[in-house]
Amino acid sequence: MSVEFGFFLETVISGLMAGVMYALVALGFVLIFKASGIFNFAQGVMCLFAALTFVGVQEKFGLPAWLALPAAVGVMILLAWLIERLVLRHLVNQDPIILFMATIGLAYVLEGLGDLMWGSDVKLLDIGLPQGASDYMLDNFNLYVEKLEVVAAVIASILVAALAVFFQKTRVGRALRAVADDHQAALSVGISLNTIWVIVWSVAGIVALVAGIMWGSKSGVQFSLSLIALKALPVLILGGFTSIPGAIVGGLIIGVGEKVAEVYMGPFVGGAVENWFAYMLALAFLLVRPQGLFGEKIIERV
Amino acid sequence: MSDAHNNTILSVNNIEVIYDHVILVLKGVSLSVPRGGIVALLGANGAGKTTTLKAISNLLGAERGDVTKGSIEFEGEEVQALSPNDLVRRGCIQVMEGRHCFGHLSIEENLLTGAYTRKDGNAAIKRDLEMVYNYFPRLRERRQSQAGYTSGGEQQMCAIGRAMMAGPSMILLDEPSMGLAPQLVEEIFEIVKQLNEKEGVSFLLAEQNTSVALRYASYGYILEGGRVVMDGEAKELSENQDVKEFYLGVGGEGQKSFRDVKHYKRRKRWLA
Repeated sequence: MSVEFGFFLETVISGLMAGVMYALVALGFVLIFKASGIFNFAQGVMCLFAALTFVGVQEKFGLPAWLALPAAVGVMILLAWLIERLVLRHLVNQDPIILFMATIGLAYVLEGLGDLMWGSDVKLLDIGLPQGASDYMLDNFNLYVEKLEVVAAVIASILVAALAVFFQKTRVGRALRAVADDHQAALSVGISLNTIWVIVWSVAGIVALVAGIMWGSKSGVQFSLSLIALKALPVLILGGFTSIPGAIVGGLIIGVGEKVAEVYMGPFVGGAVENWFAYMLALAFLLVRPQGLFGEKIIERV
Repeated sequence: MSDAHNNTILSVNNIEVIYDHVILVLKGVSLSVPRGGIVALLGANGAGKTTTLKAISNLLGAERGDVTKGSIEFEGEEVQALSPNDLVRRGCIQVMEGRHCFGHLSIEENLLTGAYTRKDGNAAIKRDLEMVYNYFPRLRERRQSQAGYTSGGEQQMCAIGRAMMAGPSMILLDEPSMGLAPQLVEEIFEIVKQLNEKEGVSFLLAEQNTSVALRYASYGYILEGGRVVMDGEAKELSENQDVKEFYLGVGGEGQKSFRDVKHYKRRKRWLA
């Protein structure tokens, strides 16, 4: 294998791994958007908040990581319940834009709450995930692959598979899909929307927690974590707002695309391609295929 | 009192419904459904049929509608404060106008969502699924198809079957004939009748197709402008001159002149 091709592969793999992270954040968006038509601006902050909580309970209460995880999950579920009680319930039947504004407010509240509870300094998140390069890949294929990224990809795949089973095979999963299809009809067969919202925000919270932990162990838990949510936006435009596979494929495309573009296009335009590549791609998609790769084409009679 | 309640599964007493705090849609509607009966709620577009059904099933809230006066009793208990899912649990379920199947779910998954509120275990749910398939053999053939890709008739069957999966004692059926070929309408009403006779489900049926509805129902109410303007045994209604003229399209006197049309309008105003 030539050195150049090996380097290209390394770039792609590292892009794929970053893409998995994007996909995880985007997944949280899709879940909530599908079930309630709300574009949840706070999803990125939820990642930050979840990761902060995870680290916080370890620091403040000295819990071991394996106890901190269920504690953080519990906090995210409690948060979902509070959001339903205090926000969503009162905004039933409002325009999507109003709900969207509410989630912007929610983002600020969560950000402040996270700071208030756990402090605003950059935190180290170490749950003993393997660090450094994988020797196996280095020895056998002469490729540099981060162990952490591999672990992240594996965990993300497990999570996605678990979600797929949950959605396809369980009674509640079926109800969630039913609500996504037709609110009114779901209501008429006796599915309680309030319960469904709590469930879906809890699931989105748990996905955010996993994403937060992964990003956190890569680059520390800090405010910039909430900004990856912005990267999830082009992912969603690419994959379609309503499609779970779309979020995953979109994430991978953006991850690989921006890494490859940075490496091979960067030198010609003075670098920093990584920062805008995703948005340019999204813009192109909006022009050509606004529903995204896997999104539902919205047909509206006027 | 107990006797009346035992024979009446649903009674609506003089309800008034206002949308968005300003639009008065129902101006005092009363009706009752006997246990095990099929009652038709007839009237033109905008008469208030759907609003009446939604007021009963408590789906009005989602459309900013409010029952401001009157009371609704199901099985002898006031139900206005209940949520739609509580009502379904108690056995009163609505099949909405326009079918509203879950388009991305398969037919079988659609039927299973109907059993969402049930707590009596998988065996009972499976038994009822089999029961629904026996009434609607077409659904069995298409059990794996996405509901969104099935025909209008199949979707209507799916919607009724889904309601049956909740194990209801009463179904509020809103315009089952909408957009279906006459033969299919007949087929669906035939099944409704069987469900009524064999499974003991009571039906309150909102329909524009007056002639079919009156053939299958035992009693009928005619709504106009948010009021009940006439009610009676289905047989009586279908023989009533005004009903014949206004709703069944049989005038009896052959071709009409313009003067008769004016007369028609005047009489109709009097009715309302």
